[in-house]
Formats: sequence, C-alpha cells, structure tokens
Amino acid sequence: MAQTITEKILAAHAGRQEVRPGEIVMCRVDLAMANDVTAPAAADAFARMGVPSVWDRSKIALVASHFVPAKDIASAKLMTRMRAFAIEHDIEHFFEVGRGGIEHILLPEEALTLPGDIVIGADSHSCTYGALGCFSTGVGSTDLGAVMATGEIWLRVPETIKIVYSGAPPAWVIGKDLILSVIAAIGDDGARYMAMEHTGDTIAHLSMDSRLTLTNMAIEAGGKSGVIAPDRRTVDYVRERQAATGRSRDFPVLSSDPDADYAGEVAIDVASLEPMVARPSLPSRAVPVGEVERVKVDQVFIGSCTNARIEDLRIAAHVIGDESFSPHVRVMVIPATQRVWQQANEEGLLERFSRAGASVSAPTCGACLGAHMGVLGPGEVCVSTSNRNYVGRMGDPSAQVYLANPAVAAATAVAGELVHPAEVRPNPPEMARPLMEVG
Amino acid sequence: MGAVWKYGDSVDTDVIIPARYLTTTDEAELAKHAMEDLDETFASGVRPGDVVVAGANFGCGSSREHAPIALKGTGVSAVVASSFARIFFRNAINTGLAIVTCPEAVAATDAGDEVEVDVATGQVRNLTKNQTFEAEALPDFIMDIVRRGGLVEWVKSRVGADA
Ligand code: SF4
Repeated sequence: MAQTITEKILAAHAGRQEVRPGEIVMCRVDLAMANDVTAPAAADAFARMGVPSVWDRSKIALVASHFVPAKDIASAKLMTRMRAFAIEHDIEHFFEVGRGGIEHILLPEEALTLPGDIVIGADSHSCTYGALGCFSTGVGSTDLGAVMATGEIWLRVPETIKIVYSGAPPAWVIGKDLILSVIAAIGDDGARYMAMEHTGDTIAHLSMDSRLTLTNMAIEAGGKSGVIAPDRRTVDYVRERQAATGRSRDFPVLSSDPDADYAGEVAIDVASLEPMVARPSLPSRAVPVGEVERVKVDQVFIGSCTNARIEDLRIAAHVIGDESFSPHVRVMVIPATQRVWQQANEEGLLERFSRAGASVSAPTCGACLGAHMGVLGPGEVCVSTSNRNYVGRMGDPSAQVYLANPAVAAATAVAGELVHPAEVRPNPPEMARPLMEVG
Repeated sequence: MGAVWKYGDSVDTDVIIPARYLTTTDEAELAKHAMEDLDETFASGVRPGDVVVAGANFGCGSSREHAPIALKGTGVSAVVASSFARIFFRNAINTGLAIVTCPEAVAATDAGDEVEVDVATGQVRNLTKNQTFEAEALPDFIMDIVRRGGLVEWVKSRVGADA
C-alpha cells in the first residue's frame, strides 16, 4: 500500500511493513530530549517507574534552555536537578548553559537528529526536527520519563495534511511567512493530531533555516508533527553537521509515495505572498504586513527557536544597516545557540545590533515565554520573531504581541512602529539560491 | 458532581498555568494560579468536584505537564471539551486528570450547571437540564492506562511483565 513519509518512519520503528492512520503503535525511539523545565519532572517520573538505569545513555539529550542562566533560586534548583540526573545516568548529550542553546536549533546542529529518526522531546516545539525528514513530536514529562525507561513510546499514527507551496518566495518572504499564512488559512487547530507535510516546488528555494521554521510552527496549527522529505540540500546539511561534530550515524532518505492518502490538501501561492504579521493574541490572526495597523511598539524581540538562526540574524542586520533603533523601542536580540552566536559575532552582526541600541545576550529562550530577559509590562506592545502571542505568553496578560519575521521586526525597531521592511531598507537581502542552481 | 466553569475555544496552556509559575511542580501550589490570566475568580472559587467545560482545542500550546497537574490540584472532577490538543490529552491521561471529549455536552451546558462525569462509561450528565450525553470512547489501549491510574503505573506493569 502507498504510504506517506510519516507512515513509513513509524512502520520502520514499530517493526511493521506498514501502518495506517488511527492505529496505535509502539515505536522505538532514536533520541529523547528534555529541557530544564521538563527534565526534572521527567526524572521524577522515571524514578517512580522503578527502572534502575536509562535505556540508552547515548540517546538522551538534556538541554538547559528556558530559565538559563538561572533567573532565580527556584530555576537554579531545576537546573541542579537536571544536572544531577545527567551525572547519575552518565547522559552523553548534556548541554549546560554556555555549551548549547535552544534545543530545537541545537540538536540538528549537533547532528543528533537525522532523517528517518523518531525524536521525542518534552517540549511542544519538538516538531521542529521534522525539517530534516524525521518524525518528531512533543510530549510531557511523564511520557518522556517512560521513554527514558523503556526506549519506546506509544503513538497514534497521524493522518497527514499536505501543504503544497508553489512559486519562488518574493523579496522579504521567508519560512515564517509561509507557515503563518498556512496557520491563517487552516486555523489554530486546523492540523490537530495530524502530520503536516510541506511539499511543492517552493521547498527547493528554502534554506535549511527557513525549512526548520516551517516545521517549528506545526504545533501552532495543532499539528502532531511537521515533515519535509529530504532533498540534496538536507543531505548536504546533515553530512556537513556530521563532519563538524564527528558523529556519523547512517540515515535513510525517505519520501511519500505519489499515491499516498492525505486527510487534506492546502495550496499556498508563495509567489504572491507578502511578509505576514500575526495580530494579538493568536498565531492564526496573521495577515499581510501591509494590512496591519502601524502600531507604536515598546519592545522588539529577535530570538526563539522560530527565528534566531544565522539566516534570521543576517536578515535583521541587513535591514538595520548603520541605522540606530528608534529611541522609544527596547530591542532584545538573543541568538539561538552558541554556534549561531559565534557565527554572528564573526560576521560582525552582534556588534551591529549592539551599536544600533539592542541588548544582545547569551543563547536562551528568555523573553519568548515571558520567563526573563525581556518580560512585557502591562499594556506594552511587542513585535516578536517567536511563535506564540497568546495572552500572558510574554509577560503581563494585557501586553499585546505581534508575531513577524526578523526583517519586519528589525524594521519596526528602527521605525518605532510596525512597518514593512522595504520602508526602512529598499533593497532586500540575498536569500538562499534555489536548489537546482546549487553546486 | 459539581458546578460548571465554562470557557471558549483554544484555552492554551499559557493561561491554564503561566510560565512564571513553572519553577514548581507542586500540585497545590500550581492550583493556586490555575487559569488566572483567563479568569481571576477560578482558582479561589472552584470547589472539589466542579467541572471545567470548554470548546475546541483545549490545552493547546506548550507541552508543560504543569497544566493538567494545576487543574487536578484544584480538585475539578473532569474537563469536558469539544476537542483537546494532543499533548494536553496525553499529559492528562498520563497524570490522571479525567478528560472527556463531548461537543454535544459542551454545546448544551452553561456556566453554573450541575454536571456529573463518568470517565469509565463516557457519560456526561447535566443534572440542571436533565440531559445525558455520550462522550467519544477512548481506545482500549488508552483506557488501560487510565484504569491503572496513569503512565507510571502502566510502565511499571509492563517492565514487571517483561522481567
Ligand atoms: S524559544 Fe520559545 S517556543 Fe522555542 S523552545 Fe524556547 S520557550 Fe519554547
């Protein structure tokens, strides 16, 4: 029977020839991940399961990302608990603050998530890794504890919704704008329980950074996972990361059968897209930037697992040029990982942000979840490159958050009000070349 | 049996329990702040046995298990929703918060109604309106986890069986 890439991966990990949507299957897990918020509870659940040791110390990643560097004593205790567990079980991939960053950008960089894998993360944006052509999804701490104990997880085989993008992205349009327009089209639960498979000729135009943004926000449409079948760019990226990290696990390159069954199909005409902005307080309230009120903003946040990769920082720096930020806007720039930070530093981007008037800090989730490093006060307006603008997400419940790509965010920081990036910088940045022209 | 607290669609985990309280997993502590950004009266007014009734996509957003734990800590007997976001669904099953999917009951129920929920049979009874609804049945596999009281006990039973 014809199968989707998601069904093929699940079948391979359940020891089956094929699986069907709706079935519940037990699957082998290739990598289990938890962060400083979810790992302590996962460690507690693990302890209560009465298993003496973790199933495989080399297949667990523990990442300090959310409340680090520790923002208070209570969060320091979470880190202490996670570190103690990592030491007790000799966890191979333990990333302290200063050695890692935000997990969803870190793990692909570290070549720990590969095409064809099943990755289970105790964080809802664990769907991000699917950009590499694996099945990855988020769970809670107890589920993760069970994976650490057994190396397996029960999964309901999801239906797949197929997103078909067509055309070359116009100037200023990146992965963020594509996924916001999908969520606007299908709604906050339009892909509930489903795998979102991103396809179409546009994919060849997208960098790996942009592709990771597409799969990152599957959860904002209620999706279980996001997936993009690997192409040459994916394989080159994975090999490059394997060479850089000295990790060399084999991986399959899978794709959906042409006659596979889909629960639905959504067509996105990328060639006619504009940068998108999601109004408060739902990601599905996304509209083209030209239709959004020119609201005065108090804070701009360029960070998070959605848009704090090197491509994002380059775009933001391009828009800023030699300008300074509007005097009434507070600007926070938080590169996603140590590697992104170092690269941005070498390219002079961090200095440019700093000179323009931004607070540039060490990798952390920080302001994205209203934890620290830029919590919003009552009634404040923020343009953020992150993925969620829910009530209270970034601080006070009366704060208003607009989600946008890094070009819009940077232009807004310069202008002091929400604007199209071309108003600040008429010439767009150079983007990834389409695949057929590569190499 | 208890009184109904009624909410709309897409009640997300950031309002069920805001990130500023995630430095603890203590049920009683989390319960003090349950739903506070959505409904300030909930945490202080909710009584053991009360029922949360909400629209579609309940529990969307972050994977924080603190969300079902906070609700469980308030003593609510169940959450009835038109649909649940999947991570919240798993977390509720795993941590023993009673949940049922029943759009008909949600449509017919108002805040303050007296409601009784039987998770085992999937029945939702609205005593105020004298109506009974059948919730969506859970697969046997998941009912097995529910019957054992959550995932920890379920894993224990499996690990024990393997030994
Ligand atoms: S950056 Fe934001 S969305 Fe991403 S993992 Fe951190 S808190 Fe979650």
